[in-house]
Amino acid sequence: MADHAAVPEGHHGEDVHHASFWRKYIFSTDHKVIGIQYGITALLFLLFGFSLVMLLRWQLAYPGEPVPLIGWLFTDDTMPGGIMLPEFYNQLGAMHGTIMVFLGIVPLAVGAFGNYIVPLQIGAPDMAFPKLNMASYWVFVVGGLVMLGSFFVPAGAAKAGWTSYAPLSVIESMGQTMWLIGMVFLITSSLLGAVNFLTTIVQLRAEGMTFMRMPFFVWAQFITSFLLLLAFPPLEAASILQLSDRLLDTSFFMPSGLVVSGEVVDVAGGGSPLLWQHLFWFLAHPEVYVLVLPAMGIVAEIIANNSRKPLRGYKVMVYSLIFLGFMSFIVWAHHMFITGMGQVMSVFFQTTTMIISIPSVIILTALFLSLWGGSIRFTTPMLFALGFLPMFGIGGLTGLPLGLAPTDIPLHDTYYVIGHFHYVVAPGTILALMAGIYYWFPKMTGRTMNDTLGKIHFWGTIVSMNFIFFPMLIQGMAGVSRRLYDGGEIYAHAQDVIVYNEVMSIASWVLFVFQIPFIVNLLISMKKGKKATENHWDATTLEWTAAPSPPVGHGNFHDLPEVYRDPYEYSHPDHDEDYWPQNAPPAEASED
Amino acid sequence: MQIPFTVAPRPDTGVNNAKIGVWLFLASEVMLFGGLFSAYIFLRIGAPEWPGEIGGHMYERASDILNVPLATLNTLILIGSSVTMVMSWASLAMKRFDRYRLYMGATIALGFAFLIVKAFEYGEKFSHGYLPAENNFLAIYFVLTGLHGLHVIGGIIVNMYFMWPGARMWKTDPKRFTNRIEIAGLYWHFVDLVWIFLFPTIYLL
Repeated sequence: MADHAAVPEGHHGEDVHHASFWRKYIFSTDHKVIGIQYGITALLFLLFGFSLVMLLRWQLAYPGEPVPLIGWLFTDDTMPGGIMLPEFYNQLGAMHGTIMVFLGIVPLAVGAFGNYIVPLQIGAPDMAFPKLNMASYWVFVVGGLVMLGSFFVPAGAAKAGWTSYAPLSVIESMGQTMWLIGMVFLITSSLLGAVNFLTTIVQLRAEGMTFMRMPFFVWAQFITSFLLLLAFPPLEAASILQLSDRLLDTSFFMPSGLVVSGEVVDVAGGGSPLLWQHLFWFLAHPEVYVLVLPAMGIVAEIIANNSRKPLRGYKVMVYSLIFLGFMSFIVWAHHMFITGMGQVMSVFFQTTTMIISIPSVIILTALFLSLWGGSIRFTTPMLFALGFLPMFGIGGLTGLPLGLAPTDIPLHDTYYVIGHFHYVVAPGTILALMAGIYYWFPKMTGRTMNDTLGKIHFWGTIVSMNFIFFPMLIQGMAGVSRRLYDGGEIYAHAQDVIVYNEVMSIASWVLFVFQIPFIVNLLISMKKGKKATENHWDATTLEWTAAPSPPVGHGNFHDLPEVYRDPYEYSHPDHDEDYWPQNAPPAEASED
Repeated sequence: MQIPFTVAPRPDTGVNNAKIGVWLFLASEVMLFGGLFSAYIFLRIGAPEWPGEIGGHMYERASDILNVPLATLNTLILIGSSVTMVMSWASLAMKRFDRYRLYMGATIALGFAFLIVKAFEYGEKFSHGYLPAENNFLAIYFVLTGLHGLHVIGGIIVNMYFMWPGARMWKTDPKRFTNRIEIAGLYWHFVDLVWIFLFPTIYLL
């Protein structure tokens, strides 16, 4: 590895050394800097979105009681005397969903990891369009600022839920307009990103890096980018239509004779609220896979590396991924079984939904089987990756009753849906993203994160997450609606399960406490962490074997690497070491 | 640092980066306009009458409200501009920069002509009180043609950039400049193609 570490300064470092601070760290076109920018911004948004819901959970656990310690910080339009108003509760709920999905997880999973790792793993000097990459990040920042700014407009941020269902969203206050404008920016950003990722993966693979030699993580990003490219524009169309309903008084989503507060709304009418739901879910179902596929990619990398054997059924996993991506475009209306769209539609969409569960199960099973007979190293990233498997399993299995119309109807809009979705995305995707941070931190900084703090973080996180989300499934089965400002206090049928509200809320605050070791670990390890070796995890993929940690300057590699074998040649019988780098020439092996 | 395959095509894929990039971008544009066309179909199927009642008067045909001759003229203008766009690229391929300037100028002029005709049409609608809030036919008409108009404006800006400041690249890197005109051309043809779907859908059907 030593020869790779010696990147001559003058060759690649040149443009970097002469670049100003602004070009180097702020408006950089280097995919590594942009990846880290995305990562930091997304982590801050995740923390912010989490804070919103911690506040909201106080109201659910102790309805009508003033929030202690921080209640006085809020204005009289949100929490007079520290007691949360229903309007503010709705803002918190809508913005929690929006921020976590569009400003937290997608930018972290795709913007940060995709940007930093994909070019390194395929042996490319940078993304295909570096300037577009920079534009993508800054458009994302503008979208995020518009979303944050919406809290400060009259009557506050959007209150119509993260799904912005019409006609409620159309008659909402100004915050909704900000939401739509912010959304157009975020969609534009991910569009620029998706074009860039796809072009990079198709065009800039190193010599010998055929499609079937690409690490599974790259495949996951490839399919994810297709989903971003093709599923987001219909939401952009829907946002344009809703903006026009709000600003030009058109009636795309406004039915005739709609009565609000006892008065018929003065619009032309003739529109359809269902149209919004179709356009929204056409985006938002593939969006679920945008959240999940990169997580699967990260977990696959870490499991292969830490079980010291190749992924079981790599090819089947790749084909499943492609099939999953395709199917995700024709399942959207399983979110709409109770809208009365008709039985034929319901039957079609519940069939496709059952079919799409097959490739997900194949991938998950392949990951489980990859552990079989491996010599597993229980490193911190591996713990998180192993945690992902059962958690995502619960998330997926609890989704099956929601995919079938007869069982979905009683469960629709209850806490069961919230529990299911969060099992997929929080203990599922977020654990995988944490795994990715611990795994690639040595790559990005040249230092390792503390193992003890990492293990405290892992156990605290996975236990408290289950205390938050499992009771939701129980409450939902009892029929508690997801939209109650008082957590179900005044409903007779909720009385048996209402005690869980306090459990879930306390667990959510405990979850926050267990993020502190992570934050401390991240900040301190950047400067003071133990020095990592070049190929810290004895990995086979190019980002570890062909470039130093951290990669020097703009351009990544001294000479573009050449690839000779499959991505996960661990414990190969023909090779002495238990890992065989993708770029190690065959001749070298015979000399050993 | 040099990104590979910015100009020369990659041997195994047969294209350069920008070509793939623009096709992917156009795929997403297809989904954007596809979403709006689906909305049009959805609303029209659900409507008892189409275009329906505007200002107390019932209309049976879209052509009773919209100006079909002007839109036909605009269709011809856009098709013409697509032809001149191809000619400007072909002129560069034949190393005739003077003729490139001529054809690119014509493309820009035709783009402006399209917008002027469109502005007349809009003005006519507004003066009759045909506003987007009146009914869903007018709403989708204004949103679809408006978004298409924004795409035309975007195309004109790109073409003007390559007509003047961007044309300096012809001296330093003619091959790359020719590629860029091809890419801009693909986008311009797409905008033309959207109109060719839009015109019959809204004006004639």
